[in-house]
Amino acid sequence: MSEAPTVTQENANAEQPQGPRSFLVSSAPHLASGTSTRCIMFQVVLGLVPLWLAALYFYRLDALILPLVTVAACLIAEAVANAMRGRDQRSLTDGSAIVTGLILAFSLPPDLNPYMAFIGGVVSIALAKAIFGGLGQNLFNPAMVGRAFLMICFPAAMGIWTEPVTLARIGDTAVDGVTMATPLGAAMDPSVLIPSLWDLFCGRVGGSLGETSALAVLIGGLFLVFRRVADWRPVLGMLATAFVYAAIAHRINPEFEGPMFHLFAGSMMFGAFFIATDYVGAPITPVGRILFGIGVGGLVMTIRLFGAYPEGVMFAILIMNALTPLIERWTVPTPFGGHVAAAG
Amino acid sequence: MIAELLDGLKGLKSFPRGIHPPHRKGYAEAEPIRLFSPKQDLLIPFVQHIGAPCEPIVKAKQDVAYGEKIADASAPVAAPIHAPLAGKVGAGTMAVLPSGRRVPAIPLTPAAEGEPVPAHFLEQYLDRNWGGVEPSGFDPDEICQKIRECGVVGMGGATFPTHIKLKRNPAKPIDTVIMNGCECEPYLTSDHRLMLESPEAIVVGLQLAARACGAQRAIVAIEANKPDAIEVMRQVVRDRPGVEVAVCATKYPMGGERQLIPAVLGRTVPSAPKGLPLDVSVVVVNCATTHSIARAVVRGQPLTHRVVTVTGLGVSRPGNWLVPFGTRFSELIEHCGGVSEAALKVVAGGPMMGPTVPNLDVTVVKGTSGITVMTEAETARWQETPCIRCGLCVDNCPLHLSPTKIAHAVKFRDYGLAGAYDMNACCECGCCSYVCPAHIPLAQYIRAGKDQVRLKAAAKK
Repeated sequence: MSEAPTVTQENANAEQPQGPRSFLVSSAPHLASGTSTRCIMFQVVLGLVPLWLAALYFYRLDALILPLVTVAACLIAEAVANAMRGRDQRSLTDGSAIVTGLILAFSLPPDLNPYMAFIGGVVSIALAKAIFGGLGQNLFNPAMVGRAFLMICFPAAMGIWTEPVTLARIGDTAVDGVTMATPLGAAMDPSVLIPSLWDLFCGRVGGSLGETSALAVLIGGLFLVFRRVADWRPVLGMLATAFVYAAIAHRINPEFEGPMFHLFAGSMMFGAFFIATDYVGAPITPVGRILFGIGVGGLVMTIRLFGAYPEGVMFAILIMNALTPLIERWTVPTPFGGHVAAAG
Repeated sequence: MIAELLDGLKGLKSFPRGIHPPHRKGYAEAEPIRLFSPKQDLLIPFVQHIGAPCEPIVKAKQDVAYGEKIADASAPVAAPIHAPLAGKVGAGTMAVLPSGRRVPAIPLTPAAEGEPVPAHFLEQYLDRNWGGVEPSGFDPDEICQKIRECGVVGMGGATFPTHIKLKRNPAKPIDTVIMNGCECEPYLTSDHRLMLESPEAIVVGLQLAARACGAQRAIVAIEANKPDAIEVMRQVVRDRPGVEVAVCATKYPMGGERQLIPAVLGRTVPSAPKGLPLDVSVVVVNCATTHSIARAVVRGQPLTHRVVTVTGLGVSRPGNWLVPFGTRFSELIEHCGGVSEAALKVVAGGPMMGPTVPNLDVTVVKGTSGITVMTEAETARWQETPCIRCGLCVDNCPLHLSPTKIAHAVKFRDYGLAGAYDMNACCECGCCSYVCPAHIPLAQYIRAGKDQVRLKAAAKK
């Protein structure tokens, strides 16, 4: 008895080629470029590698621990959020949580206690991303939200800047403990010496883990721009605006540092190439992306020159994230042949 | 952007944005056009053009000669249908078009004795002896009349009756006619082969089209990836004053009117659905259509066959076949060695815009430029993931729309919002779906949205 169904099955299979064969029905186009969200995220990670290498050079062990902690925190938060939302765990492998973790780590002080970094990572994913509906749905840049949370919770720890290892004398046992003012902090305090532009460009200055070396940021960032993973529009908008803003301010009041200082100091370069180019929180329209960059650049310079904080990239990004829906509404692209209503 | 710059330096005509899909023309590119003579009954649909459906003018069991008119319509926007073979007409039934639409049709049994098509039909079709034909000798109205009588419609896929397109309109004069030989769809090679094997008829047809609509300029537009066709056309055009060859960048969708006109002439066509090429004094005619125009006007030969590319990894012997309308896909593909086990999709036309057919019980009609049998290795089943707002669809849309915005508005049934993002201007070229890293079927959403709006408008009336 048990064999009978098997025979029927085989007969059905044997007969199939003679009957009308059916094919998959789907909507055109039937070709795809082969890119994927994972592929894009992987390229962003690749673009972050030069920054990581620079951080390892300047901060040694700290540069190894912090990113691993934040990435782990982001992945754990993502997994828990998926479970709570009743979703599968596919989003763990799309790379977005890894990118968020790395960007967060690179924007933190090198000496930050790892448990604080862990909290920052969890907040980035849980409060800034999962709560809004996961990938693509968040209003604000998750890493910047995580960093803002840490700044509110641990203001003292978030203001301690370790001296890069290469500045200390070789063989100095107290390497880990040495702190210094960041260039932007120095710019606000007349008693501290301003580093040279070359030191700024290379990154031999105090600052966040991955952002001090403008050179490393340029290498990774230009890679992303040439791969067309990062859009050139927000990058150019932000850097050009900051440059012009700083140049005018320096001209009016020479006590303000010059434009090159502001481009290379702090997280201006890092913010332009890796944070302002974040897809989700920025407008999708070409003109909107230029406006977004201009807005970030202008806000960063305003905060740097006139605000209480020495650096303003985080606030500028978050403020412009909030303005993104409005910018998008203002910049609906005109179709090639004019708007449909106007065509009539 | 860099690709555009290079195209500009090479002197190629181009348009902003668009994509570069793989060509995959190699399967059938080198295969000469051969005549396909079906043994089975033809099933001839009465709807082979955009416009009013035709009514049969033959009775069941009636014997018809090759080229005899078998269906016609009194409405102005329509084209008659002719018997593609000599034979006996059967009782009225239904046929499935490649688009999936079911329409009235009649079967036609090829005649048992004698040839169902005139002797030396292929040689006659691809005849290169058009030297003595002078298009200026034809009266414009007479050209349109003959085009209608021979059932010529746009063979690029839109199947709009050509005599309506070419009719002179004093309110909107035409100064340029472009012959569209871009064939930007991957895989397809039917236009390419026709340009190589019967270029004189194409150019004569183009001149006749220009004469009909009163255009002074006639341009042969070909993509740069067909250097042999460009060479052949340049030679033919040499003794045809007023006709020029424009070499276009190899880019998708170069063959779209709204991309081709800006590329060749630098004119911007107002947005669809109201804006048309004639608003900028241009008419674009497909390569196979101009060929049919020449045959119809000069020799009175009706449109009964067309060149169909049978291609893709899923078919054993790809080729370019001169096929009578009403031939079933199954018989034609069987003749090409059949469908392989690995075949996943059968596309009527090319892979960028062609609809898939659920089975091979579908007939070849005037707009069928090819049959592409794709295997899993060439296409795939994509899983839609969330939009990451990367903007690739916006940056690559040749019409400068925001596909993801429209698609998401359609997804949430907000057709008003979709309209605010100019949904109806979309030409459904599919560049957005092609580039989307999240594999969102953007073009499908937009197509569905346009359909919904159309249905709603129809329900209101």
